[in-house]
Amino acid sequence: MNRLFVRPIRLSRWQVVTLKTAIHVLCLGYLITVFSLAILDRLGADPVESLLHATGLGSINLLMVTLCISPLAQRLPCGDLIRCRRLVGLYCFSYALAHFAAYLLFELQLDWTLLTSEIIERPYITVGFTALMLLLVLAATSPNAIQRRLRHRWQTVHNFVYLCAALGLLHYTWSLKTLWGNPLFYWAGFVLLMSQRKSKLAAWSKSVGTLFSPRASSEKS
Amino acid sequence: MARIFRPSQQFTDNQVTDESVYNQRRQLIKTLGFVGAGALLMPSAGAVDWFSSSKKTDMPQLRPLKHTKPAEYQSSETLTPFDKVTTHNNFYEFGTDKSDPAKRASGFAVSPWTLTVDGLVEQPFTLGLEDLDKKFSLQERIYRLRCVEAWSMVIPWLGFELGSLLEQAQPLSAARFVAFETLYDPQRMPGQANRFIGGGIDYPYVEGLTLQEAMHPLTILATGLYGKSLPPQNGAPVRLVVPWKYGFKSIKSIVRIRLTDKQPPTTWNRLAPQEYGFYANVNPDVDHPRWSQASERRITDGGLLARNRIPTRLFNGYEEVAPLYKNLDLRKNY
Ligand code: HEM
Repeated sequence: MNRLFVRPIRLSRWQVVTLKTAIHVLCLGYLITVFSLAILDRLGADPVESLLHATGLGSINLLMVTLCISPLAQRLPCGDLIRCRRLVGLYCFSYALAHFAAYLLFELQLDWTLLTSEIIERPYITVGFTALMLLLVLAATSPNAIQRRLRHRWQTVHNFVYLCAALGLLHYTWSLKTLWGNPLFYWAGFVLLMSQRKSKLAAWSKSVGTLFSPRASSEKS
Repeated sequence: MARIFRPSQQFTDNQVTDESVYNQRRQLIKTLGFVGAGALLMPSAGAVDWFSSSKKTDMPQLRPLKHTKPAEYQSSETLTPFDKVTTHNNFYEFGTDKSDPAKRASGFAVSPWTLTVDGLVEQPFTLGLEDLDKKFSLQERIYRLRCVEAWSMVIPWLGFELGSLLEQAQPLSAARFVAFETLYDPQRMPGQANRFIGGGIDYPYVEGLTLQEAMHPLTILATGLYGKSLPPQNGAPVRLVVPWKYGFKSIKSIVRIRLTDKQPPTTWNRLAPQEYGFYANVNPDVDHPRWSQASERRITDGGLLARNRIPTRLFNGYEEVAPLYKNLDLRKNY
């Protein structure tokens, strides 16, 4: 047992593939199951609301898991864990997209004017929408080719995941009618995770400024 | 465009959802939804739940109640099935999730129970449950219930007019408002003991009406639904039903009704005055800061693909109450 924690554990190609397959089966399986049950009217009295909750919570949970992966990979002698971070992150985005789709298709039932006015007028929807747009940017810039093209700026871009998590939690807190509830535990977890990254956050806040500056874009060449 | 999502016959027929299926899906949501840190840390909804398949949602014995069915209160609208009426409840005394009350209230002991009517009345009195049963003959009233969260149901209540109860107490001429109070008993209502269950609201839950509203024939005290006594999660043993107002006005499990000369405090108004007013009349033209109130989703028996978004009507379609508000700016007095 001891050895497990002393020696670095390298994951073989097959172990990584197995881990990723398990992630696929779990995340995709859950999503398919809740949508099917909802269609069959077996997901509680109001399947639309249940689906919004299942996908919203799923997304926020996956976001928290994503944020746990790099501290874990540093502390456990198993740096290879980092190799499944992108997949979990992409599922976080997929769940958020499913959440939005459920909202548009089943909650608003394709009432586009209502969608527009809700995004503008309801602060918690505005915040959720902003988080979704950020996740979209992160997902779109996740392929290796784009990673290579962005070079050092990729990290700066992807550190927006912290803002994303904060906005997601704000949206969650705001969607409930009272303050006391599960979001408080999530905030506690979030603060804990951020406290591990203080120096990184400080450096990031400086580099964000350069992200859009002419100098940074001329470096692209 | 919307055509693709029209429900197929196959699905709409599939409305019979027994409790075991409900349990199954709760289980599934909990297990696969990785419920998260909150639930793991909470003793009541702890991780052990995931493995015990015997989570109880069984209905305690509901008594069939004798009642009449006056024609003017029947309806041709599709009723919300019993299963849904009794598993989708905002009753924070038993948890903030709408599926919580069905689970947490199942063991709720209703009796002994007393209902007191006092304040600015000639004849204050206290009734036991048996008195309620004996003194008032029950009518079935099929009412639309519109929640402030923009969903609605159609429910066959059993009840009697609040006015007939108040008349027995003989209100004094100074009485202008009626204040209602839910049971306060943290032993029986876990949300009152633990703010993580009850959302940290100031309990007991209180509500109020103007005397005119209270005396309106549409306003009833309900003691049953679907032909039987009220399940605890729906506000047993006696609750208010005011069909032209948002659901939170229809206070549950009432122990006290007091007539006053001042507008009484009301729970949600106290919590967020800019969101929930004293009147809380259903009004498609006055938005809630969180929800557009122009339309609603009618919960009946369709699944996900049911096209159930319908326009919301002023006073929830009960126009006969409009004269009560002749001189009131409904925008200011939301
Ligand atoms: C345009 C984007 C979004 C829209 C329109 C939207 C809409 C909604 C709505 C309407 C609810 C309330 C459901 C209810 O209680 O009735 C909700 C809840 C929630 N949303 Fe979103 N959302 C969006 C983006 C997101 C994103 C990006 C995340 C996560 C990162 C998220 C996570 C959640 C969570 C955790 C809840 C609470 C679920 C619960 O109470 O169990 N949402 N969202």
